[in-house]
Amino acid sequence: MSLELLGISVLWIFLFGYVIVASIDFGAGFFITYSEWTGQKQVLHKIIQRYLSPVWEVTNVFLVFFFVGIVGFFPKTAYYYGSALLVPVSISIILLAIRGSYYAFGTYGSKDNKWYTFLYGVTGVLIPASLTTVLTISEGGYLTITDNGVYLKLTALLTSPYSWGVVLLAIVSVLFISASFLTYYARKAEDSHAESLLRQYTLGWSVPSVLIAVIVFYMLKTQNVEHFNQMVDLAWMFMISLAFFMTGLYLIYKRKAYGWAFTAITMQYFFAFLAYGISHYPYLLYPVLTIYDGFTNETMAIALVIAFIVGLLLLIPALYLLLRLFLFNRDYVKGTR
Amino acid sequence: MTYDATMYSRILTELTLAFHIIFATIGVGVPLMIALAQWVGIKRNDNHYIMLARRWTRGFTITVAVGVVTGTAIGLQLSLLWPKFMEAAGQVIALPLFMETFAFFFEAIFLGIYIYTWNRFKKPIYHFLLLIPVAIGSSASAFFITTVNAFMNTPQGFEIVNGVITNINPIEAMFNPAVPTKVGHVLTSAYMTSAFVLASLAAFQMLKGKDHVYYKKALKITMIPAIVFSIATAVVGDFSGKFLADYQPEKLAAAEWHFETESHAPLILYGYLDENGEVKGALEIPYALSILAGNTPSTEVIGLNEFPEDERPPLYVHYFFDLMVTLGILLTIVALLYAVLLKWKPHLAHKKWMLRAIVWSAPLSLLAIEIGWFFAEVGRQPWILRGYLKVSETATTSPHVDTLIIVFGLLYIVLTIGAGVVLRRMFKNNPPEQELKEYGWDHGGEKHVS
Repeated sequence: MSLELLGISVLWIFLFGYVIVASIDFGAGFFITYSEWTGQKQVLHKIIQRYLSPVWEVTNVFLVFFFVGIVGFFPKTAYYYGSALLVPVSISIILLAIRGSYYAFGTYGSKDNKWYTFLYGVTGVLIPASLTTVLTISEGGYLTITDNGVYLKLTALLTSPYSWGVVLLAIVSVLFISASFLTYYARKAEDSHAESLLRQYTLGWSVPSVLIAVIVFYMLKTQNVEHFNQMVDLAWMFMISLAFFMTGLYLIYKRKAYGWAFTAITMQYFFAFLAYGISHYPYLLYPVLTIYDGFTNETMAIALVIAFIVGLLLLIPALYLLLRLFLFNRDYVKGTR
Repeated sequence: MTYDATMYSRILTELTLAFHIIFATIGVGVPLMIALAQWVGIKRNDNHYIMLARRWTRGFTITVAVGVVTGTAIGLQLSLLWPKFMEAAGQVIALPLFMETFAFFFEAIFLGIYIYTWNRFKKPIYHFLLLIPVAIGSSASAFFITTVNAFMNTPQGFEIVNGVITNINPIEAMFNPAVPTKVGHVLTSAYMTSAFVLASLAAFQMLKGKDHVYYKKALKITMIPAIVFSIATAVVGDFSGKFLADYQPEKLAAAEWHFETESHAPLILYGYLDENGEVKGALEIPYALSILAGNTPSTEVIGLNEFPEDERPPLYVHYFFDLMVTLGILLTIVALLYAVLLKWKPHLAHKKWMLRAIVWSAPLSLLAIEIGWFFAEVGRQPWILRGYLKVSETATTSPHVDTLIIVFGLLYIVLTIGAGVVLRRMFKNNPPEQELKEYGWDHGGEKHVS
């Protein structure tokens, strides 16, 4: 495996990690706000709060890790994306800042403030929407590239049906992933009321998520036919993804093995995400930047890979400890300690 | 005013950094102080110190949250506002940037665990051990990120052949000459500032008439590190002067309004420049600049006139430098005075004027941090990568930076107000006396019941 490929694979897998943990977080915010409107807040509040409190900062670091990593391995991305994305990414930063800080204010400071809950819920939907514009732009056609600089065609982006399709897909996926995880978590906490509500949410968002995914896939044909054809070549991966989806849905529907159901749904997204990434290869930005011409020098790449391995050796036991103490600790999950 | 992307990008970067640095500084120093209090509490079996650690941790979660989100902001803004800089620097200095994320990751995980496990361990020392990775992680991330800033001042570990960066050595780039003094100064000043901030909270309550022994203990356990670290900051500051004289003479010369290369150079404090460029109204300390630069009066100090005009930092950095040094000295005096009183005249150590001085030490030390960073960054102008890349060559070409300054300004105001309100409510509605009673810890030294 070439260093370029190794670098992008590692980053892509980390980005997937962010997609999953952040989806759980973003969706949880939405569900709390939504349940407040429908008068069912008490059902969900405790369970969501117990899950999120120890992990929210960790979620954020996944994202930082990805963008620092991509500038490290592929410094040219800083030039292209950095120049073009000032406005959309600034919007994401602001939303992330509001969400992160007001989450902490609400959790550690004043309990049950309606405003905090509202901000927390709304940003949970808007952040995935604003972040996914980066993926849309990577398909090409939204940038003007001259010798003086790189500019974003904002109007083209905002009026593109493909762009909105991706946004919709992101939001629906977030809600689906989140609901399926929280269903599992609620059962662990033996909170049957929350469990049945969250199970309904999961079922409700399941079919729409796949439908929108299919629609967006066909929209890509007009957006970037080369990428579309490569995705068609990887049809088998999408079939595996679909099979995992069916498995997950079946288990949730039958109220069985929610842990496995969530795992299946994670695998569903893993295969789809991986297939999307592989078919995007070798482009970081269609059609101007590939992982080969955007790559850093070999010495730096090796240094980064070594740092990455050492870092993982430290992180994995730490993450394991975190999960053991909170996520997989019966007493903690049930709220008895 | 015509639109100047470089200037607006500088303003936005300054705004974000000025806001972030407060929370970053607290984020680096406070874990150490919490660890100290908890350690003392466990060793002396004194629950007052445990309560201190608990309450500090609670406040810390809020400042960390703001630190995290503003850190994410500056991390992204580096690429958004200075794309060409990150493209170039990314090839040489990406390693410590990458490691910084790991260090922070590590810290975040253990902090999450630490906050929620106060009562989960049979032996309190196990809980204390969780704090060590937090303290190491926060100081390590300060270390890594400061090496990047040091690299901007003294870049090395690469060659430029026909405009292409080659022959890269990431380790050499990371351990560049500015690292020891810069990292030393950043860490010691962060520990110092955090100690003063926590001390001022205790002093403030005592000024309001609270007389529980808890506050006296809080004051002592924060002021003693404050002495140690304010002296350490000054010592490292002195080394920084020598470093600048050797590696960045234009920065020292601009800070000191030192124009002609000469030995036996005086240190100029404050003053102003008249229309002929002559220094007026300044306090001159003979030979002091030469001594700062090389320990002897005969040390030759390079003057600003040796540098082409378009490569000189702006002369107003002189005031930043002088203010930073003045504040540093004042803070050291406050800390030393408290220590002297406590040792020899204990009845004076908690007098109102002493407490007032300690209350003021918090805003002043934060101000010193701000001014120090402004000196460090403006003093590097016009370079973003000294000797290689100028700030003006690397800014974004986006036409929207001006609007974003306003938007981010509003964001930081909202975050400041939010954090202020929450912190106030958190501590005001739940004073330590009441909490100590609830835990049955009123007499800290007794064996605890819970």
